[in-house]
Amino acid sequence: MSGPGLLDAVRCVAGRDLLAALRRRADVLTTLIFFVIVASLFPLGVGPETAMLRMMGPGVVWVAALLASMLALGRLFASDYADGTLEQLTLAPQPLSMLVLAKVAAHWLASGLPLVVVAPLLGFQFDLGTDALLILLASLLLGTPTLSLIGAIGAALTLGLRGGGALLSLLVLPLYVPVLIFGAGAVEAGAAGLGATAHLSLLGALLLIALVFAPWAAAVALRIAVE
Amino acid sequence: MTANKINWLKYSSPATFYPLAGRLAPWFFVAAALLVVAGIYVGFFVAPTDAQQGEAYRIIFIHVASAWLSMFLYIIMAFWAGIGLAFNTRLSSMMASAVAPTGALMTFIALWTGALWGKPMWGAWWVWDARLTSELILLFLYLGFLSLQAAIDDARRADKAGAVIALVGVVNVPIIYFSVKWWNTLHQGASVSLTRSPSMAATMLIGMLLMALGFWMYSIAATLLRVRCIILERERNSEWVGQLQELRQ
Repeated sequence: MSGPGLLDAVRCVAGRDLLAALRRRADVLTTLIFFVIVASLFPLGVGPETAMLRMMGPGVVWVAALLASMLALGRLFASDYADGTLEQLTLAPQPLSMLVLAKVAAHWLASGLPLVVVAPLLGFQFDLGTDALLILLASLLLGTPTLSLIGAIGAALTLGLRGGGALLSLLVLPLYVPVLIFGAGAVEAGAAGLGATAHLSLLGALLLIALVFAPWAAAVALRIAVE
Repeated sequence: MTANKINWLKYSSPATFYPLAGRLAPWFFVAAALLVVAGIYVGFFVAPTDAQQGEAYRIIFIHVASAWLSMFLYIIMAFWAGIGLAFNTRLSSMMASAVAPTGALMTFIALWTGALWGKPMWGAWWVWDARLTSELILLFLYLGFLSLQAAIDDARRADKAGAVIALVGVVNVPIIYFSVKWWNTLHQGASVSLTRSPSMAATMLIGMLLMALGFWMYSIAATLLRVRCIILERERNSEWVGQLQELRQ
């Protein structure tokens, strides 16, 4: 059989999306600024007592990361859907789920990874200690790819619908809850001296499950949207 | 051998299922009314007062039945949606859309009665307990399914997109069911189990089962009525709908 192999196609799709993200840096920055602003609003809303901020810091950073990554989901398939690239992808000989995985990976590198990098900075705002910061970093590193993978299903389902943004949050946020619970729980368990290993292992397990099932479900949803 | 076998697949066509649903629905409504009246009688007049919880515990006759149905109906909805997605059968997807509002109603009743029970027992309308949270997420999943279908104008796409989100959300059902076992929560463990003798008086159990059966029958009746409306709406341009007696006037 001629034509590019599976790995070539995956690399091509991911490279193209990364290049597109690099050319439109403003989009990436907007998500990042949104993340920082949401997290900064909480101390203003609940008051600046250090003890309380330290307690709620991990949860606030996680909720802000959740919202920011959801906000970025709209870009995952929308432009490809508008210009017909998505139809070409569904016609490609390579399995669509692998191409979706490539797109999600590129999307995470462009919108999820920056959140992880900035998170420690927000941690300082909430007076988190070094140990707590490291656990927060690890939990975000394991959790945000899961968010992108689950979000891909919702983004594919709501392609081209009216009220897509609000609908997307209604579909995706309930499914994000386990990641939020174990992600924020890891930092709290670490701070309570229980050790964060159990929570981090569960986050890793969620990531593996999402890696297996989410690209497949998103591919089914994309075919429904395109047909 | 095949001569006396009923062809069940005959009823997978909207045209044949529509009159069947119309004939069955009143019977299920009657059964629901009888069972719920019997269940309420047993629950409120026959069952003894609970030693620890007093009279307030009697809300469980509604709470447990609706909570069971809320999870059960989600599985039924996901089942029909999945069949519709896999085999491209129209009626299965219509059944899934017809089950969803009743399921959402049951989830809401379970949460509401739970809050009414929680106030005298725990001293709070709501606690962030694993089972309460997962039941709330179940309500969000129902609402997500309903709003996704409402947002899509093309009925076939709505069916399929709804099926994907229903099947993805089905992971939540075992989490709700086992939440009281996995996490050490405020919500009490299961009172009824198939493997051991029930931890309550026999009359309480009978009242609870009567109510659950009654709610079940109500859900079937409501679903059948709703699926009739959906069939009429989707098939309004077909010949058999034009020939229906009840629409002639």
